[in-house]
This record gives sequence, structure tokens and C-alpha cells, in this order.
Amino acid sequence: MNAEERYTPLNWPDHPETQTLEGKNKFLGFWLFLAGETVLFASLFATYLALKDSVPDSSHPLAKDLFNLPLVFAMTMILLTSSITSVYAIYHMRNYHFKKMQAWFVITVLLGAGFLALEIYEFTHYVHEYHFTFGSSAFSSAYYTLVGTHGAHVTFGLCWIIALLVRNAKRGLNLYNAPKYYVASLYWHFIDVVWVFIFTVVYLIGKVG
Amino acid sequence: MSSVAVKKGLGASVWEYLTTVDHKKIAHLYLGTGGFFFLLGGIEALFIRIQLMKPNNNFVNEQLFNEIMTMHGTTMIFLAAMPILFAFMNAVVPIQIGARDVAFPFLNALGFWLFFFGGMFLNLSWFLGGAPDAGWTSYASLSLRSEGHGIDFYTLGLQISGFGTLISGINFLATIINMRAPGMSFMRMPLFTWTTFIASALILLAFPPLTIGVFLLMFDRLFGSNFFDVTMGGNTIIWEHFFWIFGHPEVYILVLPAFGIFSEIIPTFSRKRLFGYSSMVFATVLIGFLGFMVWAHHMFTTGLGNVANAIFAIATMAIAVPTGIKIFNWLLTMWGGSIKITVPMLYALGFIPSFVIGGVTGVMQAVAPLDYQLHDTYFIVAHFHYVIIGGVVFGILAATHFYWPKMFGTKLSEKMGYVTFTLFFIGFHCTFFIQHFLGLMGMPRRVATFLPGQGLELGNLISSIGAMLMAVAVIILLFNVVITSIRNKKVGADPWEDGRTMEWAIASPPPFYNFKQTPLVRGLDTWWLEKMEGKKELTPAEPLGDIHMPNNSIIPFFISLGLFVAAFGAMYNPLNSVGDGKSWGLPVLIIGLGITFGSMLIRSLRDDFGYHIHKEDLLEDDKGGKVG
Ligand code: HEM
Ligand SMILES: [Cu+2]
Repeated sequence: MNAEERYTPLNWPDHPETQTLEGKNKFLGFWLFLAGETVLFASLFATYLALKDSVPDSSHPLAKDLFNLPLVFAMTMILLTSSITSVYAIYHMRNYHFKKMQAWFVITVLLGAGFLALEIYEFTHYVHEYHFTFGSSAFSSAYYTLVGTHGAHVTFGLCWIIALLVRNAKRGLNLYNAPKYYVASLYWHFIDVVWVFIFTVVYLIGKVG
Repeated sequence: MSSVAVKKGLGASVWEYLTTVDHKKIAHLYLGTGGFFFLLGGIEALFIRIQLMKPNNNFVNEQLFNEIMTMHGTTMIFLAAMPILFAFMNAVVPIQIGARDVAFPFLNALGFWLFFFGGMFLNLSWFLGGAPDAGWTSYASLSLRSEGHGIDFYTLGLQISGFGTLISGINFLATIINMRAPGMSFMRMPLFTWTTFIASALILLAFPPLTIGVFLLMFDRLFGSNFFDVTMGGNTIIWEHFFWIFGHPEVYILVLPAFGIFSEIIPTFSRKRLFGYSSMVFATVLIGFLGFMVWAHHMFTTGLGNVANAIFAIATMAIAVPTGIKIFNWLLTMWGGSIKITVPMLYALGFIPSFVIGGVTGVMQAVAPLDYQLHDTYFIVAHFHYVIIGGVVFGILAATHFYWPKMFGTKLSEKMGYVTFTLFFIGFHCTFFIQHFLGLMGMPRRVATFLPGQGLELGNLISSIGAMLMAVAVIILLFNVVITSIRNKKVGADPWEDGRTMEWAIASPPPFYNFKQTPLVRGLDTWWLEKMEGKKELTPAEPLGDIHMPNNSIIPFFISLGLFVAAFGAMYNPLNSVGDGKSWGLPVLIIGLGITFGSMLIRSLRDDFGYHIHKEDLLEDDKGGKVG
């Protein structure tokens, strides 16, 4: 199988991401990696739940004093939408529509960047309004570590997708880079799912639980 | 890239090893580096035993004792035992399944270099203000306030090397799932491949909790967070949970591959098929599964409550069942076999009773009320050395002799091997058997000295003498390696004559593309089957054709180097709780991460399609030519 070969929409395979051996390995290896990431986040969730509202004295804010649901809801919607747009991108990849695929990934990146901007705003807000800093209590450390690790994943995902978009802009789509796009979109979905859990466990339960 | 027979300058060889992505060369790197750390950990063990040779001894002071004891355990587990097992996995597993390489050759190299730099970082602590001193378990209640940077070397070093281990685990999983030759179904896989598979799954699920644990400890000590600080609402028990959720699977990560090695050696030298192959596979999977359910047996005295203690006690005892299945299968493999005694086989014979003793004391410790007596005494030290040395180290030494011909093309001297085995076996039991009784008499573990007149003198002296015997045994093994390399007497493809699996069907050492034609697997013990039918080669599954190979790369080295640099920056950042933060801390942290992510970016921006070995060159190679 020659990975660099040029294709047309007619002879382009249905599942370009698993056509080559490299592609198959990437696909499987990435799922395994996500299994490891799941345990990683599960550990952070467990830490958060163990330390939720554990503060040295009553002058420190608790979850219910802190969170601002409308803002977090907006962030959730933005991130979920970005997951859908990345699905469109992969749809176009399968149909060998390179330009459309790139365009949908650009939209995904923009939405992701919007999410990140709101998250940064949220953190600075907590720091300035409530003096809720990384080191102010066990609760704050656990909160920032869990949500911040997710934010770092978003940042990494953005850089990754941008690198793919830029490097392949001139090259077009082939069986060498199709698996790369595919696993990047898997990663993006994973980040999204983790956020859904954060939204539920940290914010919803924090506000009403 | 060139074949083995080409003589090259030293510089070229060094460069070759720095950039290699060939699993067989990476195996050499793991064996060399892991072997070095094994010697280092051994010297540390000797220092401990010299200090404890007599009461009120003053060979090392208390602080230094704590550091040596901590580094001994940490080095042996993370930097010696696991990497040496990775060496054999890399050398053998891809060939056992009929593959030309692992699924991710690049990541394979990256895994090694991360381990290498993590290990170096950890050991640089000796020269930069003192080593970690809170035991290999580094309980947060102790380590949080440890003075100096020892614990920071521990958290950062283990993070770096832990990433490497995780990557290697994923690589082996993907390799075994995706790269098997035609006909190599799961239930035809050799047991060493099976145990590597399960151990890799354990790595994948057990290392992330450790990563998080050391991450949190690093944040607490270096960046002002409060996970474990009770006065700020923290909870130190969280560390214990994370550590042991990792720690117990870790012992199976170590011992399952050793089981696999013995499951190869015993049938080979009994010249008989492994008894109960499918129950062996089943037992391996079951041990892997149960291994995640028992971590709190290390925390019986923490105060989790009677219900939790009872559940974890029962779960722990349950593991004895699949382990027992294995022991009986090995015995029944030998039963009625035509047994040939060789050095690897001797280790296998020594392993069975030694490991059973360790297993029995393990079940004793699983009885929670009894563990209140045994906890933190020398009984524990005796127990885990019986399983770790009797199981893992015997497995490693057996594999060293068994696979040496395959890895290096020469055979270690059997005569010297017998001497090593005898001394090591006697020394091992002499060191650790008596420690059970020292523990029952109340000698606590991790103490720098003991007092005269409490009945502990003789036991400790015997124990120290045993340690010397083991040291002599290891020196003879080293000598054996040197002599064998100097003699450089080449052996054929199947030097033990009774090889059963595919690695024994190809040259020793194998050509860098392993198989000229991918083999067709017609049953369990593939090579034995073919031999019994009078064939001289494996049946090919494909016509001779071009072979696709990956390019070498220096990038794994730089990705790892970047993290090594970043770790220094993190350690001396201005927020650190030791109070010696430097203004260059943050810039160095950023530069280091820049090197790492920059290298990753270069890797992903460049096209790297690998290259092809052409059919004509392969035919040429057959006639003694070189593929270049
Ligand atoms: C080869 C001969 C060895 C000798 C003579 C030896 C001796 C010792 C001694 C005296 C201790 C200190 C016990 C204490 O003070 O509590 C110790 C601890 C330990 N050893 Fe070994 N050991 C050997 C090999 C190994 C190997 C091969 C491993 C693992 C692969 C290992 C893992 C450990 C661990 C994990 C500890 C606990 C350290 C701690 O308490 O934090 N040892 N060993
Ligand atoms: Cu355990």
C-alpha cells in the first residue's frame, strides 16, 4: 500500500483511517491511550470528590458560593457544538472533500478557542472575586487541578489540530494523514465527554448537590 | 541502517543506538541500562546489610540509611526489574508472534529514552543535595515535609520514567493485537507473549493513578497546592490509595512476565508441551483482573474499617487460586517429560519452591488481624523479597541465560552459570528466610540499626552473609558476560536445540527485518511443529517481496531530554516549599517543555514514510551479502 498515492473521490476508501497498517495501529493505539486517559481523569475526579468543600475555615468559599451556572452552561454548549463540527469534518474526510474538511476543523478550532477563553475568564474571576487560588485550600487545589487538566487537554488538542491543518494545507488528503485527522477528532470527542462529566460532577452537583 | 556483520566505528554505533527504532536494539538498551541500575540497587542493598550486620553499627548514619533504603527499593522496582523485563519483551515478543517490528517503533524508542532520563534524574539526587528518604512508598504524611529536594527527585523522576512505561505498555498491547502473523490466533500465542499482553494491560490501567499521585505530591511540594496538607483541608490517605492502586498491580506487572519466561523454559527443557495451556492463559487473565481488587491489603492498619478489611482480605486470598493453577501446570509439564538440566532450567526449578514460600507468607499477610502483627516488620521484607527475587529476579536471570544467544549470538558459559545459580540460590535463602523470624521477633522494617541483647544479632548477621553470597554470584555472572563476549563464539538459530517458538527458527541474532517472509502459523509451538515434520524453516505465508521499514530518529531522545531539563526548572521554581527557588526556575521549565513539544511538532510536521528493502537485496543477503 502506498500511503502517498493520490486519490479521487471514486477510489478513495470508505474508511481511509484504517486502510494502511500504520493507520490500523494508530487507530487501536489511540483507543488504548484513551483508556489510560480515562483512568487518569477518574483519579482526578476521585480526588476532587474526596476534597470537595474541604477548606481550612469558613472564610473560604465552597462550591455553592462559587460557581456561575449560566457561564458554564454556555461553555458546555460551545464545546459540544465543536464536537459536532468535528464530526462533519470527518464526514467530509471520508468523502474526500479536503477543503470542506479543513473548513469544519477550522470552525472546531474557533469554538475550542472560545471555550478556552471563557474558562480563563472563569478562573480569573474566581481568583479576583473570591480569592479562590490554587493554594488557598485543598478544595481549590482539587478544583483547579481537575478542571485545569481538562483545559490543558483542550489547549493541546487545539495546537494539534492547527498543526495538522497547516501542515496538510498544501498536501491535500492521503492515506498517510487521514488516520492523523481521525485520531485528532477522537481526542477531541474524548475531551468533550470528560467535560460533560465535569459539568455534572463539579458544577451541577456543586450547585445543587 | 545496516546488517549486523558490518564493522563500524564507535561513533557510528553510538549514533545508531541513539536513533534506533529496532526492537532488538532497544532490547539491548533496556538490558544495559536496567542491568546498570540493578547493580546500583544491589550495591545499595549491600550497604543496608553491612549497616545491619551488627547492633549499633555506624557504617552509615540514619539519614543516609533512609536515603539508601529508599533508593534501593525505588531503583530495583522502577529502574531495574521492569526495564530488564522490557528488554526481553522487546527482544522476543515481536518474533514470537511472527512480526517484523512492534506496532510503534518510534514510540518504542521514546519509551526507552523517557525511562532512561527519568532514571538518571532520580539518581542525580545523590549529587544534588541528597536522595529521597521516605521509602519507595513515599507516604505523603512523611514526604510532604521531607527536607531538601530528595522527594522532588522522586516525584519528577518517576513521572518521566512512568510516561515511558505507559508508552511501552500501549505499544506492546497494539503490537500483540495487530501484528500477529497469519494463523497466530490468541490461543496459539506463546505464554511469554500472553503474560506480556496482560502485564501491558495492567501498565495501561495502573500507571495513570501513580502519575496522578506523584503529580499531586509534586504540586504540594513545588507549587503550593494542598492535597495532602491536613491543616488546609487535605487528606494524606489519598496518597496511600493512589500509590497502592498502582502498587499492587505493579507486583503483577513484574511477576507475570517472569511467569511467562518460566512457561517457555519449562516446556523447552522438559521437551513436552506446556501442560494446561488454556488454563494457564485463563489464570494469567484472572490474576491480572484480581490484581486490581486488592490494593487495600497494604492499608489494613490505616483504619479503613472491618468491612473493608474483610473484603480486601478475601479478594487477596482468592488470587492464590489462579496462582496455584500455574504452579501445578508447571509441575505437570515436567511430569513425564524428558528433562534436560541447563542453567535456565535450574532457575525454573529453584523458582517454584521459592515462589511458593513467598506466596504462602502472602496469604498469611492477607489475614487482616494477623497483619496487624506483621505490618512494617521484617516479615514483610522477607515476604516481598521471596516473591520478587524468587519470582522476578530468578526469571530475569533465567531469561538472561536463555535468551542471551538470541539477543547477542553467543552463549553464556553454562559452567559459570551453575556457580552463579548455586551461590545466588543459597545466598538468597540465607538472606531472607531468617528475616521471617526477625520480623516475628519484632524487628521493625526501615530501621537504621537495632540494639544488642534482644536476640536479633545472629539473624541479622546470617542475613548479611547471605547478601554477600548473592553479590559474589552477580560478580561471577558479570565475569561470564565479559568472557563470553571476548570469546565471541557464534551459535546457530536454535542453540538450545529444543526451541519451540518462532524466535528459535531465525538466525541468532535475527536480521533487522526478522522474517524474510512472514511465517504461517499452523499451531501452538509453531517451530516445534515444523521441526517434528522434518522442516528446516518456517512455512512462509507470503511470496518473497519488498519489506517496508521505519526510519531511525533522534527525536525520541530530544523529547525525553526536554522533560529532563524541564524537571530541573520545576524543582527550583520560586514557589517550591523547600525555599531555595531560583529565578531561572521558570525559564528552564519553559525551555525544557519547549524542547519536548518542539520535537513533537517537528516529528508531526515532517513526512516520514520509512523505506523499503528490495527483494533482490534480500536474496543477496541470503548469500552472505549485506543489506544496506
Ligand atoms: C539482591 C539482593 C537484595 C537484597 C540483599 C535486598 C535487601 C533489602 C533490604 C535489607 C531492604 C531494607 C528493608 C528495610 O529496612 O525495611 C530492602 C528493601 C526493599 N527491597 Fe530489597 N534487596 C534485594 C533485592 C531486591 C530486588 C531485586 C527488589 C525489587 C525488584 C527489591 C525491592 C525492595 C523494596 C521495594 C524494598 C522496600 C524499600 C522501602 O522500604 O521503601 N529488593 N531490600
Ligand atoms: Cu499487594
